[in-house]
Amino acid sequence: MIDLVGYGAFFLTTALIFSLVTLGLNLQWGLTGLFNVGLAGFVAIGAYTSALLTTPDDPARLGGFGLPILIGWLGAMFVGGIAAALTGIATLRLRSDYLAITTFGVAVVVQLVALNAQKLTGGPFGIGFIPRPFGGLAETPLLFNLSNLAIVSAVTLAAYLALEHLTRSPWGRVLKALREDERAAISLGKSARFYRIQAFAVGGAIMALAGALQAHFIGFIAPDNYLSILTFQVWVMLIVGGSGSNAGAIAGSVLVWAIWAGSGALTSVLFAPEQQARAASLQIVAIGVMLCVILLVRPNGIFGERPRRARFGKRTKATASESGS
Amino acid sequence: MSLQFVVDGLLTGSMIGLGAIGVTLTYSILRFSNFAHGDFMAWGTYATLAVVGAIAAMFGKVAPIAPLSFGWPLIVALVVGAVFTALLALLLDKVLFSRLRKQEQAIIAVMGSFGASMALRSLLEFIFTSRPTYFSRAIQIAMPVGFGIRITPDQIALLLLTAALVLGVHLLTTRTQTGRSMQAMSQNPALARVAGIDVASVVRVTWVIGASLACVAGVMIGVLVQIRPLMGFDMLLPMFAAAILGGIGSIPGAVLGGLIIGLAEAGAVQLIGAEWRAAVSFIILMAVLIVRPIGLFGVRER
Amino acid sequence: MSETVLDVSDLEAGYEPGVSIVRGASITVDKGEIVVVLGPNGAGKSSLIKAIAGLVPISRGKVLLDGKDITAAPAHTMVRLGLAFVPQTENVFPRMSVEDNLKVACGILERRQAPARIEEMYAAFPDLLRQRRTPAGNLSGGQRQMLAVARALIVHPKVLVLDEPSAGLSPKFVSMVFEMLSDIRKSGVTILLVEQNAKAALAIGDRAYVLVEGKERHQGAASTLWDDPVIAELYLGQRPLRKDSARHTETGGAA
Repeated sequence: MIDLVGYGAFFLTTALIFSLVTLGLNLQWGLTGLFNVGLAGFVAIGAYTSALLTTPDDPARLGGFGLPILIGWLGAMFVGGIAAALTGIATLRLRSDYLAITTFGVAVVVQLVALNAQKLTGGPFGIGFIPRPFGGLAETPLLFNLSNLAIVSAVTLAAYLALEHLTRSPWGRVLKALREDERAAISLGKSARFYRIQAFAVGGAIMALAGALQAHFIGFIAPDNYLSILTFQVWVMLIVGGSGSNAGAIAGSVLVWAIWAGSGALTSVLFAPEQQARAASLQIVAIGVMLCVILLVRPNGIFGERPRRARFGKRTKATASESGS
Repeated sequence: MSLQFVVDGLLTGSMIGLGAIGVTLTYSILRFSNFAHGDFMAWGTYATLAVVGAIAAMFGKVAPIAPLSFGWPLIVALVVGAVFTALLALLLDKVLFSRLRKQEQAIIAVMGSFGASMALRSLLEFIFTSRPTYFSRAIQIAMPVGFGIRITPDQIALLLLTAALVLGVHLLTTRTQTGRSMQAMSQNPALARVAGIDVASVVRVTWVIGASLACVAGVMIGVLVQIRPLMGFDMLLPMFAAAILGGIGSIPGAVLGGLIIGLAEAGAVQLIGAEWRAAVSFIILMAVLIVRPIGLFGVRER
Repeated sequence: MSETVLDVSDLEAGYEPGVSIVRGASITVDKGEIVVVLGPNGAGKSSLIKAIAGLVPISRGKVLLDGKDITAAPAHTMVRLGLAFVPQTENVFPRMSVEDNLKVACGILERRQAPARIEEMYAAFPDLLRQRRTPAGNLSGGQRQMLAVARALIVHPKVLVLDEPSAGLSPKFVSMVFEMLSDIRKSGVTILLVEQNAKAALAIGDRAYVLVEGKERHQGAASTLWDDPVIAELYLGQRPLRKDSARHTETGGAA
């Protein structure tokens, strides 16, 4: 029973950390219409920044600086936000595909740095000994898990409330208006672009914060925590939850993580150990197909906000774009 | 600095360039960036590998065509693989992309391609495992050709194949009615329909060209490097960078962009080390986006 | 009684389901005629001919071309059926040469016919011959309009449908375009056009319809329509003093 509560707390903590990433993505995509396929890179930036700032000194690499955890988290948000802002500045005057390709590149490069810049990131073995909040409680796993859950819940709740507030503020309304008309958003020039860069940067900061939280929760990070599969998982979470809705982002994350962890547990029971890597790839296939099906059937997600205008035939679509030009 | 990087760069550039043709065509005619394009590459390569295996099972061991490392089975298999990849692309378009393209936001199709990419790649891992494999394990002796450059017969053959394919595609798109229809579609889809162009058939031709060239590029990687489920995904960033560097919609641009990125990668490998190879495309991509987002041969979008 | 080439009856069409822009319009075009569709902004003129050309979904009514039902035909089959459409703007492929713009439209001709047909177009529009290698995007407004018309004519259409051919052109080019249309009609091509420039259009037209709120309210011979009070109301900005005065002219005109 106690084990079950402990596992429940562990599960929820992970799911809520995912929720935080999804909330960041929802700000970027759901609210502002900015497409980020490299979010794993921003999560990694946060995790590594915070690890670097807070770990004890290590002669093999730069730092660590042994700073308080809170400073690590703030640093993570700052660096993640800057990275996202730079990405936005470079691409947001162009069609949205360019942002997608660039963010994809960011994730590739972050992965490369994590693997190869040993002096900074510890290389393929990553960084260990990341201080854990309530590390003193590690002797009693249940209490430790529950206190972690409490912290992560508090951060997620704070992010949720802040984002809800932002969404309803004039700032959020401008973003929504810009999302509706990309051409206008581009042609409106600097001021509109600045709004979008802000949204992208704040989203990036939230993702980085999630990365930092996760690093301190596990106590150890390595490059392969931040492969494109992470990006993909979070996208599925957002789409299932329904882009545009913060509550949906959280619900989608918990639901998809439950499916993911459940199917993972199922494959470990059903398949022999040497077959498990293969079974895991089947798990990804299933989720990939699920994403495509949702996009086809309910592009706004299962719990999505109002459905977009109904689709109609090919003829309509092409003429609508023609008349718009 | 040894000039060997020129050969390496041209070879990598050929692979990137052949892939980038598909990326640039999909972007300019179907109007979305296809993140599954790299996975067409990998699927085409594995299909070719499977056909090579089937031929070996039917005809026994076939001697390679000296001095190459491969014989007719690979050539036949490549054709079959290219057809298979084209069919795969057409199938995906039918069940997924064509429907997503009709939705209001073009970016939905990009997201769908991202999901499809993940599923396709993992399906390959499921079928073939992630262990690398090879068309042939024979080691080829590289011939010195002067200036400290060495090149293998396989490499020469594949460079010639690339040149022939690029020329063929270029002539197809500039000199034939099909090619003009493709240009027309990329410049103004509504007017193209008014001018009597069957959009659906242009879409099909676009997929067939892009996917079969992706297959060829994948098989080149398979012959010269190795075959892995991730091989195409790893090529995605260089291909996008090449297409954007060359100017979206331009086939010569995509190829030239591919060669530039290939040469830059090979140079970087020699100067800084192979582990930073993937950063080269990113740096070039960012430079293009900041300095000249329309690329070398690009045109401003309407 | 002359032969009807295009017969549009009770057409309803719009971009979105349930929102019709064209509301029950009926028009006919006889062989060899120039028929002009006039109307205030937002009357649905453009949507009407786009619906005829297969570019706007039709929810009700029929379009017959030479007696054949083309209501549901996809846009790209229209040229084969004999209806060629010239859009108002962006009616050439800007980064293709003049010659390629013509060639790309020859898709439905037999391969052997195409070069001769292109030469015929050059003969009719010598300006295009001089610019055959120029990207169409670099042409002047008038030349672009010529190219767009040549592109449409190249497939021997039964009826040529034009959406505001004079839009955005300077007065010099406007008269040139209308002279060109007049010449085309003399060569035996039937023409249906929508125009804002009512005076110039009526000068070359045989008959005209006035479209208001998606339905034809008035029709008549082009030569007499200009003096009709309806036209004055629509084009000179004179609003009817009383509502029933509008109704009066409407019935008066239809009689």
